[in-house]
Amino acid sequence: MLSVIPIQNQPREAHRAISVSLFTMLLALTLTLSGCGKGENKDGGKPGIELLNVSYDPTRELFREFNDAFAKHWKEKTGQAVRVQQSHGGSGSQARAVIDGLAADVLTLALAADIDAVAEKGQLLPIQWQGKLPHNNAPYSSTLAFLVRKGNPKNIKNWDDLARDDVKVITPNPKTSGVARWNYLAIWGFALKQELGADYIAKLKDPSKAAEVAAAQEKAKAFTAKVFKNVPVLDSAARGATNTFIQRRIGDVLINWENEALLGSQELDAAGVELVVPPVAIKAEPVVAIVDKNVDKRGTREVAQAYIEFLYSPIGQEIAGKNFYRPSSSEALAKYAQRFPEIELFTIDDVFGGWKSANKAHFSDGGSFDQIYQP
Amino acid sequence: MSFRFKQHSVLPGFGLSLGFSLLYTSLLVLIPLAGLVIFSSKLGWEGFWSAAVTDPRVLASYRVTFSASLISALINLVFGFIVAWVLVRYTFPGKRLVDAIVDLPFALPTALSGIALVTLYAHTGWVGRWLPEDVRIAYAYPGIVIALTLIGLPFVVRTVQPALEEVESELEEAAVSLGATRLQTFTRVILPTVLPALLTGFALSFARAIGEYGSVVFIAGNMPMKTEIAPLMIITKLEQYEYQQAAAIGVAMLIVSFVLLLIINLLQAWSRRYQTA
Repeated sequence: MLSVIPIQNQPREAHRAISVSLFTMLLALTLTLSGCGKGENKDGGKPGIELLNVSYDPTRELFREFNDAFAKHWKEKTGQAVRVQQSHGGSGSQARAVIDGLAADVLTLALAADIDAVAEKGQLLPIQWQGKLPHNNAPYSSTLAFLVRKGNPKNIKNWDDLARDDVKVITPNPKTSGVARWNYLAIWGFALKQELGADYIAKLKDPSKAAEVAAAQEKAKAFTAKVFKNVPVLDSAARGATNTFIQRRIGDVLINWENEALLGSQELDAAGVELVVPPVAIKAEPVVAIVDKNVDKRGTREVAQAYIEFLYSPIGQEIAGKNFYRPSSSEALAKYAQRFPEIELFTIDDVFGGWKSANKAHFSDGGSFDQIYQP
Repeated sequence: MSFRFKQHSVLPGFGLSLGFSLLYTSLLVLIPLAGLVIFSSKLGWEGFWSAAVTDPRVLASYRVTFSASLISALINLVFGFIVAWVLVRYTFPGKRLVDAIVDLPFALPTALSGIALVTLYAHTGWVGRWLPEDVRIAYAYPGIVIALTLIGLPFVVRTVQPALEEVESELEEAAVSLGATRLQTFTRVILPTVLPALLTGFALSFARAIGEYGSVVFIAGNMPMKTEIAPLMIITKLEQYEYQQAAAIGVAMLIVSFVLLLIINLLQAWSRRYQTA
């Protein structure tokens, strides 16, 4: 009696399960196929031209404004309508997407190293891409700034305050975040300057000072390690670190892009934090480049070239300054001078010999960052 | 096409459906996984070994991932069973709502659940503020376990629920009338019938936890050697454009997961020994 019910039930259940799963599969297949069809139709018929700008996270506002201005400029110049598509994400993952086939016409990334990777691993543009445009392909620059709790209770003014025992520092992980690599190098570079004195850049390049430089590098490593000992949470990306600092109220200081800190300056007050600009910092140069293979394939070279050059035009520079990036042209910079405190900036080329050697020495497996955490 | 199937019989032919299944699983599972293995094999044996097996940081991340996944799956085994039990055995107002809530972790973007959990358990959060200063849940190992438990809960509940529904109350009544205590009825009658389903749920929850990335990175704190999970190590390698090393870690995780799931499946087969029909 008892076993009658399950025996009747089971096959029916099984039939239902199988037919349902088959139905689902067919449905999935149909959707996939119809999806493909739609994709093919989309390209034809539309007038004008499309451009894909693959960028990193904090440039959303900048390019929203810039793209409108460029579309207007291009329409006036050629009569052609251009629609610029934007893609934003972590700088490194954006570069990987392009290597893996995302058909970007233009790259505007946070690190020259990421465009290097597209050139080397993807072979989509020449290895010597940097220098084809003025200012090492960086139409605008930014630097790093501190966010501290309102009233600056821990009195954090400069990088050496970050190494104090009573200070907790928030930065993302340099292994996974572009801005965190700038943070790390800024800390290291600051320590080098402390050790070597005002003419540190000359000393770094002077072979006869090699012993002094090597000792300073050791000191810089110890200093950087000390700062990172004060980091309680290593978020994987900049947005996560901001969340940890502002929402979770963890840490005394957040190292972040100057442009992002300025952009949110109205919100900073509400969040109970304020901006501190250290007197010396690294010059962070987000770079731009045309992806040669892609523009030739898509027939967009002319408009991509114009797009990139427009970044250097007075209008482009003006928009960059307006969106809190330090413009490379002196006129635009002068116009927004009150926004950007005058601080001493060192470049990655001067202090670290460029991205390639910086990555190798600090962020590769077994590099200085790994050594900090080695037990 | 599907019209003609219906005219013949409810189910399409064996050959057709098998062919479809093979194609489907190959496209979605086998070919990408084979690609992973082939890709990582470019490293050579020594490269593979140093990238995925002997690197202390990677090793530490395996320990975190597999131990936290195991703990969270065990928690889900116990509490998922209780939830399923309540949902099957009792009627109460709002039961349908609770039933629906169980599925939420399936639907929620995992990053969102990670952020939500941090909001709750950080020292500024609703729960975290009551904790003593030196007890840390968010940004520490317990946070990882909680995130993984949340993600895995529906797997246990949804697999145990139908099994519990099939347990016939007549069997329990018979056990009681034959003199079994409540505990005996539970351990000797109910548990053996739902054990295979419980183990399936456990395996699913465990497997899901091993691969989880989105929610954990927000709550783990990601300190090297301490709270870095293996999927984060893969992302780290990708970020350094070391695709093959990333694939190597993936392959190592696949192998360990496969062995563990195989063991669970064997356990399951053993637990089915009661079910002769």
